[in-house]
Amino acid sequence: MSWLQELGTNLLIWLQQVGDSLYRTFVEKDRYMAFLKGIGTTLEISFFAVLLGTAIGVFVAVVKNMAKKHRFLRPLEWLLDAYVLVIRGTPVYVQLLILNTVVFASVQNKILVAVITFGINSGAYVAEIIRAGINSVDKGQFEAGNSLGLRDGTVMRLIILPQAVRNILPALGNEFITLVKETSIAGTMAVNDLTKAAERVGGATYDLYTPLLSIAVIYFVLVFGMTRLLNLFERRLAKSDNR
Amino acid sequence: MITVKNLEKTFGDHQVLCGIDETIEQGEKVVIIGPSGSGKSTFLRCLNLLERPTGGEVWFEGKNITDKKADVNALRQKMGMVFQQFNLFPHLTVLENITLAPVTLKLQTKSEAQANARRLLERIGLWEKAQAYPGQLSGGQKQRIAIVRALAMNPDVMLFDEPTSALDPEMVGEVLELMKDLANDGMTMVVVTHEMGFAREVATRVLFIDEGKILEQGPPESFFESPQHPRLKDFLSKVL
Repeated sequence: MSWLQELGTNLLIWLQQVGDSLYRTFVEKDRYMAFLKGIGTTLEISFFAVLLGTAIGVFVAVVKNMAKKHRFLRPLEWLLDAYVLVIRGTPVYVQLLILNTVVFASVQNKILVAVITFGINSGAYVAEIIRAGINSVDKGQFEAGNSLGLRDGTVMRLIILPQAVRNILPALGNEFITLVKETSIAGTMAVNDLTKAAERVGGATYDLYTPLLSIAVIYFVLVFGMTRLLNLFERRLAKSDNR
Repeated sequence: MITVKNLEKTFGDHQVLCGIDETIEQGEKVVIIGPSGSGKSTFLRCLNLLERPTGGEVWFEGKNITDKKADVNALRQKMGMVFQQFNLFPHLTVLENITLAPVTLKLQTKSEAQANARRLLERIGLWEKAQAYPGQLSGGQKQRIAIVRALAMNPDVMLFDEPTSALDPEMVGEVLELMKDLANDGMTMVVVTHEMGFAREVATRVLFIDEGKILEQGPPESFFESPQHPRLKDFLSKVL
């Protein structure tokens, strides 16, 4: 029986240590506030980056689609192709470092720099998602709009994009999830996101182990929640599909 | 009304239209027949520039519309088009399908367009479907709505690209009936079709296109009773 007692005692000691660590990491000196603010910053960067990325993505995709018919857009298309190629061909961390230390070195608002970096990065990926969504709409829809005398831009806005959205939203949701995780490198430039909060708390308590494991759980819960929300949303869309 | 001069269209190495000259007068009902791949659909699609001709000219109401400076969208407002696959907008209700273009182009106010749509829908007996989505309609209903959508723009001419080819046999009749009504109202029509009965009954002139050329044309009586060109004879013997 003695080994069982020993195990029980060790378990108790371990639990107490875990409790102590958690206490020091979250409760002592109200450190949970750092984590809450970190979550807020992470979501803020992700949200605005997705907005910016979507705006860029729609622009790139629409221009590339229109350039098939309108020759004067060709030089712009070439430029946008280069943008997509460069962004998708280089690591986002390198992009962040370049934008932060070279391009926006004088900008004090580091959250803004993060939003711009991740927005520009995401835009390249979103452009491909939206291009695929536009291509998934039957080309007869474009012809029908044109045959009624509607300009290409109007056809795109009123007829093609509303139909493309159904195919775009699920992939766009995945892009949002990816972005939430990618923003964890924003902390390297003095943005107090969730990851940075964990590092700072760890520095203060001389225990990095607990805060890092904690934010892994927090990221997981965030992403898991978003996945569920997206699934719900997709099912809603499928239900209202009356074609 | 429409004059086509030496019209040519090439896709890559393949020449689809090899110099077509044709004039369509106001009030004419021109039916175009021919084997598949003969270029008859391409010819029709060149009339409203859904396909850009690679050679020749198309004149519509006194304007050279193949000219680079021509306002393509303005001419398309006056040329209604009906497609084989209907191409209704699936995300819009029937009423919105019909009113979208006239309202967006500011040709009619929203209430004018809706009143106009109601009149047209009542005429074809589908007013009760005004709030339905295309996915809830039968093929015949979809195509009749597509015709009404084109009519809502008050076009001067209507182009039909095999309007009954994608329909179940029992629905062909209702679409052809509507087209006959239109013809009786004096609408200028250019129809690509395989419906020989319709051609006989409604056409003022029938064109036979094969390998990118108009090989024979004439009023339906002589066209069907005494065809001259051996290819037309061969074609008619297969389809009649």
